[in-house]
Amino acid sequence: MTMIKIENVAKSFVLHNQGSAIIPVMDGAALSVAAGECVALVGASGAGKSTLMRMIYGNYTAQAGRIMVGDVDVASAAPREILELRRTTLGYVSQFLRVVPRVPTLEVVAEPLRAVGVDSAAAEMRARDLLSRLNIPERLWTLSPTTFSGGEQQRVNIARGFAFEYPAMLLDEPTASLDATNRAVVLDLILAAKARGAAIVGIFHDEAARTEVCDREVDVSVFTPGVAA
Amino acid sequence: MTQDNPLLQVEGLSKFYGHRIGCADVGFDLYPGEVMGIVGESGSGKSTLLNCLAGHLPPDQGRVMFDTRADGMRDTVTMSEPERRMLGRTDWAFVHQHARDGLRMNVSAGGNVGERLMAVGARHYGDIRGTAIDWLDRVEIAEDRIDDRPRQFSGGMQQRLQIARNLVTGPRLVFMDEPTGGLDVSVQARLLDLLRGLVREMGLSAIIVTHDLAVVRLLAHRLMVMKDGYVVETGLTDQVLDDPQHGYTQLLVSSVLQV
Repeated sequence: MTMIKIENVAKSFVLHNQGSAIIPVMDGAALSVAAGECVALVGASGAGKSTLMRMIYGNYTAQAGRIMVGDVDVASAAPREILELRRTTLGYVSQFLRVVPRVPTLEVVAEPLRAVGVDSAAAEMRARDLLSRLNIPERLWTLSPTTFSGGEQQRVNIARGFAFEYPAMLLDEPTASLDATNRAVVLDLILAAKARGAAIVGIFHDEAARTEVCDREVDVSVFTPGVAA
Repeated sequence: MTQDNPLLQVEGLSKFYGHRIGCADVGFDLYPGEVMGIVGESGSGKSTLLNCLAGHLPPDQGRVMFDTRADGMRDTVTMSEPERRMLGRTDWAFVHQHARDGLRMNVSAGGNVGERLMAVGARHYGDIRGTAIDWLDRVEIAEDRIDDRPRQFSGGMQQRLQIARNLVTGPRLVFMDEPTGGLDVSVQARLLDLLRGLVREMGLSAIIVTHDLAVVRLLAHRLMVMKDGYVVETGLTDQVLDDPQHGYTQLLVSSVLQV
């Protein structure tokens, strides 16, 4: 079953305050990801891996084409449809944690579960399990992650991203700057998500990790305008 | 957030000051549980718009349809003044930038909260005081301050008291005009956290006017950008901030100082 299907997507940035420069970044992008499959986006830095991922999430607009996630076309959906999609269907583990100050780590991680109606006890149990698997010391759980180290914040972000079992997931460098132990934990989480049927799109500079969890690679540089495909 | 009927439907709303434009041809739908941010620089028309929506200013054109509990969709622009005032006491709430505009400064904290309850018919003193104590606690004001007057409170406490006064009657739509404006950053964070929790718990819809992009990123689902009285861009909050389409929004986003 195809979970994510991208057809003929185009994107350019227009910089109105810099002489209205038009920067075409993508043309004719296509991608299809089945349930239980993990596809790696590859290509040189600046080729548009993150841009494509952000477009799938609805964070960047697309000028043309279709971006189907389940039965929603993200390229044309209304904001509230995209919010609903993000709540129930599409997860995104970005490289940076962005949270409201003062909210304790446990709540940050449990929030995606609370948002789909899981009761607070069950959500907290899942959050505790993930935080301990990712080796965040328990004494930090009641504190806001805003003061944590970069690596700890990244692991909190991963815990949050994997708390709810989304049918589709976007992973932007999930193993970057993790030590060997935590890297193995994250790879296990990804494999478990695949096993339960999640469709995953990932960016991994870590080649060994890519080989271990991804079924195939898509080179996004063929979608760069002006570059021969 | 998935309900199908909008709580508020705004169509072609315009307000002119003589031949100057306050806001022009504004239209949008707001659904239950949705928080919409309105951003723009001073003079962009965002406060004029908010005041037209909330019935504080009569618009010159357009409709503001609200899903009333009793009669379904009603145009609040053409309803009678008593009806509109009743909405303002029950289903609507308005949080002012300056707490002194939304509070009675010579009435106790408990009285400020209780007054809203009495306005909708509460009469039992013990119940009113009990509810007031509960709400002061929810906005993190200690119970032993219930008999103090707002002028003895800090700015952040006054703002939290204003929020308690507004939300005690269980409104469905809250208008906020720069709710964190003029507060210290640490006090702002506390207020944002509080507002976010209340919006979620109570399933509130809210329209927040601010010039602070960090505030809308944390609080608002959707964003509307205004310039010279016109809406120049709308969309998902993170999309508008991360991939702004209009030149003015690009300028606004790129002008934020990085911390």
